[in-house]
Amino acid sequence: MTNRSPSPIVLLGTRFLSPYIMVFGFYVIFHGHYSPGGGFQGGTLLAAALLLIRIASGTKLAQLQFKDYLARPLAAFGVFIYFGTGLLALLMGGYFLDYGELPIPGLEPAYLRYWGILIIEIGVGLTVMTVLTLIYDNMVKGEDYA
Amino acid sequence: MIIAFTLLLLFAASDLPFRGDPDNQMNQEVSMTGTPVPGNYYIQEAYHDAHTPNIVTVILGDYRAIDTLGEQIVIFTAGLITFLLLRNRKEGEEDDE
Repeated sequence: MTNRSPSPIVLLGTRFLSPYIMVFGFYVIFHGHYSPGGGFQGGTLLAAALLLIRIASGTKLAQLQFKDYLARPLAAFGVFIYFGTGLLALLMGGYFLDYGELPIPGLEPAYLRYWGILIIEIGVGLTVMTVLTLIYDNMVKGEDYA
Repeated sequence: MIIAFTLLLLFAASDLPFRGDPDNQMNQEVSMTGTPVPGNYYIQEAYHDAHTPNIVTVILGDYRAIDTLGEQIVIFTAGLITFLLLRNRKEGEEDDE
């Protein structure tokens, strides 16, 4: 298992490509207010950037980029961001997921809704990215070379 | 059979109303049963409610936020199920070895 070294060309190519896919994923998440996109699509692109490195270099080397034990807590944290945003609006006197009641000072309700949508998109993107990485990690556990 | 199916689809498509016609039923403000259509409100008021130009984002993230929360929980549950199932399989394989 150890004497089988991955191709350096593939590894360098994916190391070159992965950050750009990641930047595009962040762009899709944060630009979802103005163009097609959002948490699901951006999270899928972020997961693609992580899985590219994992496929090319193997799971062991890819731990430098994203540790596999971080996937489950971060997925739960993404759901918690979404649910906590809704619950915070509920506790501040509005309805569940009513972003107009979020306690961010100095903003009128329309801009509070703007930021509320952005916060939940980040939560969705985090969950989608980590769950897709988690599924890959579990499927190849102990079976990939390098 | 493919040709027959294509002819059937073309025959059905020839009867569709012209896309973008303001008199279409799907572009009316009141549905066939006399109730107001919510999509009309979304298109008119989405920018005033959330200052977000993308109407789809406003609908998914604000008006239908609980639906999106459900989708996220479905994905999270799928990840947890793969984790639980495949972890058990791995332990079983180690026992066989």
